[in-house]
Amino acid sequence: MRPAPGAVPDDQDVLAVEGLFLAFGGVQALADVGFAVRRGSITGIIGPNGAGKTSLLNCVAGFYRPQRGRILLEGRDVTRVPADRRPALGIGRTFQNLALFEGMTVLDNVKLGAHAHLATNVFQALAYSPAARREERTLREEVEREILDFLEIEHLRRRTVGSLAYGLRKRVELARALAMRPRLLLLDEPIAGMTEEETEDMARFVLDIKEQRGVTLALVEHDMGVVMDLCDRIVVLSFGEKIAEGTPAEVQANPHVVQAYLGRSG
Amino acid sequence: MRIGDFKESYAADEALFRTPTARAWLAVLAAALVAFPFVAGDYLLYLANLVGVFLIAALGLNILTGYTGQISLGHAAFMGVGAYATAVAATRLDAPFWLAVPAGGAAACLAGAVVGVPSLRIKGLYLAIATLAAQVIFEWVFTNWESVTGGIRGINVPPASLAGFRFDTDLRSYFLVLPLAALHAYAAANLFRTRVGRAFIAVRDRDLSAELMGVNLFRTKILAFMTSSWFAGIAGGLFVYFAKVVTPESFPLSLSIQLLAMIIVGGLGTIQGALYGTVFVTLVPEALRSLTQLAQRLSPDAMTWFYPMRDIVFGAMIVGFLVFEPRGLAEIVSRARRFFALWPFPK
Amino acid sequence: MDHLLQLLVSGVVTGGIYALIAIGFVVVYKATGVINFATGELMMIGAFFAWTAMTAARAPFAVAVLVAALGAALVGAAVERVVLRPLMGQRAISVIMVTIGLSSIFKGLAQIVWTGEYRSFPAIFPRKPLVLGPVLLPSRQAYPFLIALAAILLLALLFRFTRTGTAMRATAGDQATAFGMGIDIRRMFSLSWMLAAITAALAGIVIGTIGGISPQLGAVGLRIFPVVILGGLDSVGGALLGGIVVGVLENLAGGYLDPLLPGAGVKDVAPFVALVLILMVRPYGLFGTREIERL
Repeated sequence: MRPAPGAVPDDQDVLAVEGLFLAFGGVQALADVGFAVRRGSITGIIGPNGAGKTSLLNCVAGFYRPQRGRILLEGRDVTRVPADRRPALGIGRTFQNLALFEGMTVLDNVKLGAHAHLATNVFQALAYSPAARREERTLREEVEREILDFLEIEHLRRRTVGSLAYGLRKRVELARALAMRPRLLLLDEPIAGMTEEETEDMARFVLDIKEQRGVTLALVEHDMGVVMDLCDRIVVLSFGEKIAEGTPAEVQANPHVVQAYLGRSG
Repeated sequence: MRIGDFKESYAADEALFRTPTARAWLAVLAAALVAFPFVAGDYLLYLANLVGVFLIAALGLNILTGYTGQISLGHAAFMGVGAYATAVAATRLDAPFWLAVPAGGAAACLAGAVVGVPSLRIKGLYLAIATLAAQVIFEWVFTNWESVTGGIRGINVPPASLAGFRFDTDLRSYFLVLPLAALHAYAAANLFRTRVGRAFIAVRDRDLSAELMGVNLFRTKILAFMTSSWFAGIAGGLFVYFAKVVTPESFPLSLSIQLLAMIIVGGLGTIQGALYGTVFVTLVPEALRSLTQLAQRLSPDAMTWFYPMRDIVFGAMIVGFLVFEPRGLAEIVSRARRFFALWPFPK
Repeated sequence: MDHLLQLLVSGVVTGGIYALIAIGFVVVYKATGVINFATGELMMIGAFFAWTAMTAARAPFAVAVLVAALGAALVGAAVERVVLRPLMGQRAISVIMVTIGLSSIFKGLAQIVWTGEYRSFPAIFPRKPLVLGPVLLPSRQAYPFLIALAAILLLALLFRFTRTGTAMRATAGDQATAFGMGIDIRRMFSLSWMLAAITAALAGIVIGTIGGISPQLGAVGLRIFPVVILGGLDSVGGALLGGIVVGVLENLAGGYLDPLLPGAGVKDVAPFVALVLILMVRPYGLFGTREIERL
């Protein structure tokens, strides 16, 4: 399958998607979608509702198995890798409808993100052996210094997530995704439902993640202002097909995009 | 929520008992538990042993159902597997109790793995019904595999002994059960300070998302089944030495239900809940029994009312808690502590 | 061959009765998503109501059945209003445990009111056994089966052709839409429980005529699980088919496997082994609706 025009997959591409086809029963969610995400960049995935944006993220994360096509993570074909093995390869993600573990504290939720990178087994856990103790200590330090402080939620660490306001929950979700030590971070509508102030905070965090940590990001978003400001490249989907790809300026000027999406209020 | 409680290291913050007050109360509790059997009468001692054994089982069930969210209607069957394995090891293989009881735990563990296999394909209510089927099937095996289990007569087991010291009275048995119960409570609490326990809770709260975070669902669920069954097996093994006999009627479906009641009344998904619930659910029928015996002085048939009343009280307890305080005794205790911590300020 | 035929027919007859029990269970699950562990005890109470009507009030059988149905309906409505409604929306284990708690309360109450003695219905059916070719059916098996069949048919007609029945099916299918269409959801929940109690009472009466009545009668309620797992938790037709299959399976297992395996009671455990196998192969049963999960 030929890669999408305008992006040549090479070892500078953290993610390359080639010729993805995904169908549920009679519904074709994705048809021949392909693009690449360069290292250290932020790529936006936009499109009207039902365009297949979340389905695309779910394929990359491993929740859906595409019928055809390939997903390459840093050059390595991960299409057949089960979903629970992908975090160990460097994929982290947030969820559109928030998928925090309501029964756990903020701290535990974030720590859970690192699950794939930890090694304590059940015997060590039951005994809380020195090895388990050390792993927990190191994890705690990492989470506190690099994530909770960074996202300014350290004062919430012992709160149960169920008691938090929506905006803060989205931040905890991002914190948990960071704990996954991602090389590629997938954000599904990170700004949805936020106030202006919260949106600005989130945008700042996203930029900091890109610039300070060298994490590559792909985000699905509806807020055009944020997308145009933050993203280096944008991929536009409509009805499961890619209809445009390029820099924000290119995409804004593309008549197909204007017709399918930006022509309407958004 | 304590005021003025500052920690200077992460280690201190991750400890199980974080404040001097909590540690002090723990010491008091420990002292009371050690002193208790010397001042208690035979009946209370018998009850204490029973509570200790059931506590271990309840802790196990709490891990599976409370923390991992897998409803199990067959926990008593796992106790039974442990009990029979221990009994067979003690009588046929002449194993000492410190080998026979862990053997029971291991056997139950294996049974747990087998029963957990369906969790690969089914979840929720369907898995619950599968565990119910497991309970029925195991009970049938206990009754009918006579060559191993001794059929309806069961197996009689001599008391545990260590270097000549026989644990043949309830007092001595207590000092076998107490440390094991404390040890298992500690182990259960430890689980949830690590990635293993967090994975369990993640599976309960949002299993599909947990999978995308790197949690292998099947492996985690089987692990939960096996860990919880180990606890049940140890409880079953201890029960055998305490009761000196195991029969097919020792571990019926009604016991599975009683264990569920214990963790629900106590507070699902909390360690202290398992403790409160076990004590409460074990003691309430006994209090009823004492009341009925008192009533017998007034009316000689009072005792015939005991069994139906016990059923009604048990059912009412479950319904009452679920309707009025679904988070159980742990929540009530928690509220009381908050109240006293903030008193005289109302909120 | 005759032995086999006898087993099969016996199985179908028992199965019809199981189906009647299962339908009440399915009705509640379909409409409210609740797994009703108190089905057995509702059966037991219905049987006792009918028995009391016949012995204390000397009512004829048909009237006693009506009285029992009415009494059961009241119990069902009370249970739904007082206990289930406050628990709406809570997690599955809470709802399961609450029905278990109720079953315990019912059992205790029954023991107090009626004591633990075995009761039997006075003679209701004609003595002559039914003869179908080489197969002999004792009247106390054949007539209850016919009653069960009649009840099932009545229910099927109710669901299909009455407005209430259609409303119940709508609520079961999609609560939100049904609500939007102006259906009173709470009334539907109430009706579902009343219907479940009535069918359980009928099943209890039927079982009571076969084997007598006691507070332990509810124990047979466990048998519905293999039936509804086979048929599908939310399928009335499945309950019918599942009931018959389980009845036949029990009899065949008892007839052929009992002599081979140690001990006894293969009849009782075989349906549960089948249950586990079905869960592994086809968890939603023959006609159940497959649950799809969204992320």
